[in-house]
Order: sequence, then C-alpha cells, then structure tokens
Amino acid sequence: MAQSRGDRAVEWMIYAALVLVSVVVLYPVFFVGIASISNPENVMRGEVWLWPKNISLVGYERLFANSELMKGYGNTLLYTVAGTMLNLVMTIAAAYPLSRTDFKGRTVFTILIVFTMFFSGGMIPTYLLIKDLGMLDTFWVMIIPSALSVWNMLIMKTFFQNSIPKEIQEAAFMDGCSNMKVLTRIVLPLSGPVLAVMVLFYAVGHWNSYFNALIYLSDRDKYPLQLFLREILVQGQMQEMVDISDDSLARSMMDAEAIKYAAVIITNLPMLILYPFLQKYFIKGVMIGAVKG
Amino acid sequence: MSGSRAKKYRFHSFRRNWDLYLLFSPVIIYFVVFHYVPMYGVQIAFKDFIANKGITGSPWVGFKHFERFFDSFYFWRIMKNTLGIGLYELIVGFPIPILLALMIHEIRSGKFRRFVQTVTYMPHFLSTVVMVGMIMMFLSPVSGLINLAITALGGETISFMTEPGWFKSIFVWSGVWQTMGWSSIIYLAALAGVDPQLHDAAKVDGATRLERIWHVNIPGIAPTMVVLLILNVGSIMGVGFEKVFLMQNALNMEASDVIATNVYRSGILGAQYSYSAAVGLFNSVINFILLLTVNRIARKVSSSSLW
Repeated sequence: MAQSRGDRAVEWMIYAALVLVSVVVLYPVFFVGIASISNPENVMRGEVWLWPKNISLVGYERLFANSELMKGYGNTLLYTVAGTMLNLVMTIAAAYPLSRTDFKGRTVFTILIVFTMFFSGGMIPTYLLIKDLGMLDTFWVMIIPSALSVWNMLIMKTFFQNSIPKEIQEAAFMDGCSNMKVLTRIVLPLSGPVLAVMVLFYAVGHWNSYFNALIYLSDRDKYPLQLFLREILVQGQMQEMVDISDDSLARSMMDAEAIKYAAVIITNLPMLILYPFLQKYFIKGVMIGAVKG
Repeated sequence: MSGSRAKKYRFHSFRRNWDLYLLFSPVIIYFVVFHYVPMYGVQIAFKDFIANKGITGSPWVGFKHFERFFDSFYFWRIMKNTLGIGLYELIVGFPIPILLALMIHEIRSGKFRRFVQTVTYMPHFLSTVVMVGMIMMFLSPVSGLINLAITALGGETISFMTEPGWFKSIFVWSGVWQTMGWSSIIYLAALAGVDPQLHDAAKVDGATRLERIWHVNIPGIAPTMVVLLILNVGSIMGVGFEKVFLMQNALNMEASDVIATNVYRSGILGAQYSYSAAVGLFNSVINFILLLTVNRIARKVSSSSLW
C-alpha cells in the first residue's frame, strides 16, 4: 500500500527526532574520548569539539604513574571476578529449586524473597549488622552482602521454567538421575544464554559498585576503582598526580582536567570495547525478564 | 502434561528432594541474615541505641526519634526535596522511554534501528561516579563545554553545580540521558507483541500512521505502562542515594538534601543510629504504602497490576 503524504511526513519527523536523540546521547561520550587525547590547553579553550587537537597523553601518563589508582583497578578486578562467581552460584541455587513445581514451599519462599525488593531494614540496621558480623573493612563485605539480586534470580527462574522442557528433566529422572545431576548435566548446559546474561549483569554491577565500598571500607588498600575515581572526578583531589612544585598553577589545573577525561576512559574501557559485542545479550536479558512483566 | 505423568513427575516428599533443599539452604541463610535481620533491627528506631547492649537490649523510647525528625528544622526541606525530585523524575522519566520506544518501533530500516538502540542503551552502563564526573566536567564554569557554548553565544557563565535552582533539573535530565534507552527495551518488547492484524485492519479502515500509533500501539502496551508506572510511583520517595550524594555540595544543599543523604550523614557519619533508622523507616513505610495504594487503584481502573 502506498504511503500517504502525511504518513511520509510523520516518518521523516521520527527519523529526524531519533538522529537528534542519538547525537545528544553519543556526543558527550565522544567528546570525553577526544578530549582525553588532546592537549588540555586546547580543550579548555574550547577548541576541541569534533576532532582531537595536538595529541597529548599527559592525562593517561599521570594516571598510570599513580600506584594507588592502579591498585584500585586490581581490587575492582578481584571484586568483580570473585563477586560474579559467588553471584552465579547463589542465583542458580535459588532459581533452580524455585523453578521446580515439585519443590514444596516454593510459593512461600518466593513471596519472602520478592518482599525484600519492596521493603528493607534500611541503611542503618544493615550497617550495624555488617559491623556486628565483623565484616567492616574486609574483602568479604564487597561480595557477600550483594551475593544475590532478586531481579536476576527471577529472570533465571523464568528462563528455567519456560525454556527448559520439563519432559527432558522427567526423562532423566526416569533414568535414575539425581536432582543435582539433572541440574549440572541437563539444565545448566541448556542455559547458556541466561548464564551469559547473568554474568554480564553481575559483572557490570560489581565493576560500577561504589555504595558498599563508601560505607563499609576505610582502608585505602582495599578501595575499588570507583572510590578513587570519586576523589579524582568529583572531589578533584589529585595533588599526588599533579605536581604543584614542579608545574605552574595554570599548568597543573590543565593537567587536572586531562586526568579527569582520561580517568573516565580507562574506567570504562573494558565496557566500551566489549559493549557492541555484548549488547544483544543484555537486551536478551531484559527481554527474558520482561516476559513476566 | 497429562495428569498421571504429572503425578509421576511430582515426587512430593521432602525426602525425595532433600538435595534441592540443601542447594537452597545458603539462599535461605542469605536472605534471613542480610535482609530479614536488618528488618528486625529496624526496632532501634523505637529505642535509644546503646552500643554495648546491642539492638535487643537497648531501652524502648517509643516515637521519640520520629517526633524529633518531624520537629527538626530540616524536616520540610528534606521532604520538599525528596518529593520534588521524585515527582519531577516521574513526570519526565516515565513518558520519555515510551515515546522513544514508539519512535524506534516505527523504523523499518534494520541498520538505523540497531544504531539508535546501541547508542541510546550505552549510557546505562556508565557508573554513577563516572556519570556525575561527566556532569561536572561539562557544566564546569571554567572549562565546561556547556559554559563555553553559552559564552560563545554571548551569554553569562552559569555555575550550575553550586546554584540550588539548577540541582533538580540537572539530576533529572542527566538521569533521562542515562536511562531512557535502557528503559525503552521493555516497551519495545511489548510493541513486538502487538497483533499485526490490528494494524492491517486499521490500514483498511484508512487510519493514518499517527492514528495507528495512537489507537493500536499505545493500547497494546498499556498493561506494561501500568505495571511500570506502579513501580515508578512506588519509588518516588526512594530518590537514589548514590547520585544525589555525589552531586551534593555545601552550596546546593538547600535543594539537594534528601532523606537518604540525611540518613547517611546523621547515621553513618554522625553515629546517631536510632535517629537515622527512624528517618529511614519513615521513608520505607511511605514508599511501601504508595506502592500498595497505586497497585490497588490500578487493579480497580484497569486489568493490570503488580499482583
């Protein structure tokens, strides 16, 4: 059917609006990228806006020379790997039994778990609990209190229920398989997509997490990247990196700006590189979660 | 599954599934310890917490801490900010992802569609710290791009981050920038489920494109909209701690002090545990009541609700 003139106008308006939205979303990230490799003086004068000018890596040099920040990078990597592994085990341990219709008490357990999404004890009672457990300032405080996300658990449970045919599990039981064997030999090998999505969701969560570290850690040796990043980006604490005695004040101010741009880029580098490849998995995750609404 | 096979599949007894319970036990322990113990611990809001007596041993004082909060100099300021930001966020942040999804859905070119989606989803993965860092870089009065643009156009430099009047708008619109794409996914999923026959029928009846969006697509995603609206209303008072805290400074405090940051300041930093717990509990209870109310209204006026 041929399109009427009005319909075509609407279509053009939609295209134009989406191009505009894309530019507005993309440009700030693009700008940070080109600013981070440009001479800070040109950036501050507003001469850099479409293309890097007088390539300079001073921000990156100062960052890599900072041992604390590199330590933070390492800490975050450790929290991300260990935390994601624990998340995965816990999420499977919760989702698989709850997906089985013959698991007695599943309704009660599900209600008790979902209730925690809407009501919580709050910051203070949780803080006192962590304190009483002796977990303040430990490695564990970064992974155990966030061992399980209810939302992710519901996604996985829905996947087990809808995408793994009951008949296969049934047949395995007939052949004398135990519950654990069915889980490890049949259910998990068939759950590749949802497992990938879970790893991505949890890993991004750990990589970006900052709240727990802020509240529960005071030992700088254990700080994750995001806490150092806060000092650099938000509080502007960069004395160690910007050598005031050596440089003029104007010079160090400009270097400080360069450090900020570079810090954003190196923090998100893993994400920026992997994102185009991982994007479809993320969407799949939201879609699986959306089935239930 | 037929009845008899279903029976065979159901092993009923606890003994048969003991290993499932074993597998599930760490989950129970986790939820009891890290979620239900803090809920039990909320009683310190009604007590005068004494560290060496613990939560249970501290003496009851009734609503003393709540009264102190209601009477405090900051009460109205905090409530006004919390509700103000929450409502602003709801009014702006709720419809925009719907609009975006409706527009993306109209795009037939696969490549352009994928490009728009890839770009708009991306900011969702930036951490709050990076996000706030970027806001501050762009809005900086000295070197920020926005101010450079303003002065280039002949305007006056604006010190966005220290001007209380700007706080709410910066908070809400940067949030829209970060999450609109991601939030639109769920609506796109719902749009994909709209029956194409309805569109064909509408076309035969001579409906224009806009009319089809209005009369076919929007009703098609209405249930999803209702559910998400309920969830959003339920979190009006839950204005996030992380971003507000990072954007806050002494100069914009007048507009940026919300319940969560107040709890953090008086509780974690000031060690006034009972008082802060009372403030936090007040917040959770209001949120929960809001959620229940909206859910009930939604169930009455439409067929969709959370439960």
